[in-house]
Amino acid sequence: MSFVPPRDDFPILSRLVNGKPLAYLDSAASAQKPKAVLDAMTEFAATDYANVHRGVHRLAAASTERYEAARVAVARFVGAKHSDEIVFTRGGTESLNLVSYAFLSPRISAGDEIVLTKMEHHSNIVPWHFMRERKRAVLRWVDVREDGSINPSAVAAQITPKTKLVAITHMSNVLGTVNPIKQIVKIAHDKNVPVVVDGAQGAVHEIVDVQDLDADFYAFTGHKLYGPTGIGVLYGKRALLKTMRPFNGGGEMIAEVAEDKISYADPPHRFEAGTPPIIEAVGLAAAIKYLSGFDRAAIKAHELDLYQYAYGLVRRLKWARVIGEAPDKGAILSFETTGMHAHDVATILDGEGVAVRAGHHCAQVLMERFNVASTTRASFGLYNTRDDVDALVAGLEKARSILL
Amino acid sequence: MIDEALRELYQEVILDHSKHPHHFGPLAHATHNAEGYNPLCGDRVQVHLKLDADGRIADVRFEGKGCAISQASASLMTDLVLGKSVVEAEKLMDGFLHLVKGEDGVPDLAEDDRETLQVMAGVSAFPMRVKCATLAWHTMKSALEGGAQPAKTE
Repeated sequence: MSFVPPRDDFPILSRLVNGKPLAYLDSAASAQKPKAVLDAMTEFAATDYANVHRGVHRLAAASTERYEAARVAVARFVGAKHSDEIVFTRGGTESLNLVSYAFLSPRISAGDEIVLTKMEHHSNIVPWHFMRERKRAVLRWVDVREDGSINPSAVAAQITPKTKLVAITHMSNVLGTVNPIKQIVKIAHDKNVPVVVDGAQGAVHEIVDVQDLDADFYAFTGHKLYGPTGIGVLYGKRALLKTMRPFNGGGEMIAEVAEDKISYADPPHRFEAGTPPIIEAVGLAAAIKYLSGFDRAAIKAHELDLYQYAYGLVRRLKWARVIGEAPDKGAILSFETTGMHAHDVATILDGEGVAVRAGHHCAQVLMERFNVASTTRASFGLYNTRDDVDALVAGLEKARSILL
Repeated sequence: MIDEALRELYQEVILDHSKHPHHFGPLAHATHNAEGYNPLCGDRVQVHLKLDADGRIADVRFEGKGCAISQASASLMTDLVLGKSVVEAEKLMDGFLHLVKGEDGVPDLAEDDRETLQVMAGVSAFPMRVKCATLAWHTMKSALEGGAQPAKTE
């Protein structure tokens, strides 16, 4: 294995939890931050910080420059054609809500349809439920196969002349499944239906090229990408962003405001009302720079190696059932433990310094589909090692000995 | 230290209750019913009560699925409130909430009730698990108040 996990870059990994070394296996919920990100934010706030796009003073200019440079870095990171196709939001959830309010809402009426899959995170379900509640739109669900994969022809089958949008995740936060986005986008576009991709996990673990995928919108968040909380990204095709109405109203998103008329700024600023997450944008750019310093294919191979190692060991436990075994999947391992509830398992794992997620993972439709109330989930980041997996498996054995 | 806390949390009595819960199942002719839901973990519990003419809890059952803590807590609760008046049941709940939250000011309870409740005291060392323990109790309260909305753990 050519990739050596840069554990020393992440200060938090050296701490103890309950007297044990921390085995952080919850990166799908939120990733830990490298020192480079923390330092970049501190350095910026201590030297160049001011509000953006406003004052003419030196700091305002420096701050604006750093903020807009972050936009360029993000555009490069996802392969956007233009940096004005990158909208900064407060997070992945807000990015998807922006599509719902500013793009879909004016285009959808009663009886129109939205196609989504049963593996979506609530953040890619609830904004479409809003359209069902408020516009009487119809949600059409694409089923997930037993192995956790999506059949692209099942997506095609749900698209009708009334379909206004396809919403799909790039990578499932529970199953780890990586969906064939390019193929699904092609299917939707052949029927003139736009596609929004939830890239919360995909942007972290896949090498994203939005032009190659041809996605109309691609939403992701900073904090899962080893960056700060409070910032997210919506990539949108320039032609689409230009047609969209504003989302929030306030400063920075206007061109001109009078007593009886108003005109709006061009994208992306049209969608960035109020003071944006400036320090966070600098932090996100630092995270992208940090990640780009590695061979990302090697990171992926490292994470998949850990996944395979963990999968093999967990499979050997006769009382654990892995959920999500799609041929194309990333480093997320979800499993049910016979006779033991995930919350009890997670409490005992925590006692061993092992941090996992237990519960429904904000994917209740999926849990219903697999007829489970909750699962235990171990998710991997670039800093994890086989020691973390060994701690997980030892902790599971201990849970079994305590609970049964 | 964590091992001791875990041993207290998952002591034999609690595991017994969770594996073989008392008063589990539907209740014919229940006078009060409620459903409780913990949005954090997706656990659900239903509590059914039958109050007699004197306002005593003549019968009680619960249904649902959840972690060992929530199941044991529900099972213990049914043991405790059976035969009690509504006022007594609410006093028990008050005592239970104080106990699992590790708060002072536990009300005066009968010695054996206090001892039964005491097995849940280990929960107080695990703040993230308090809601698991309180779900059934909140649901019972909601049932007694005739609440139509599912009980929450907030």
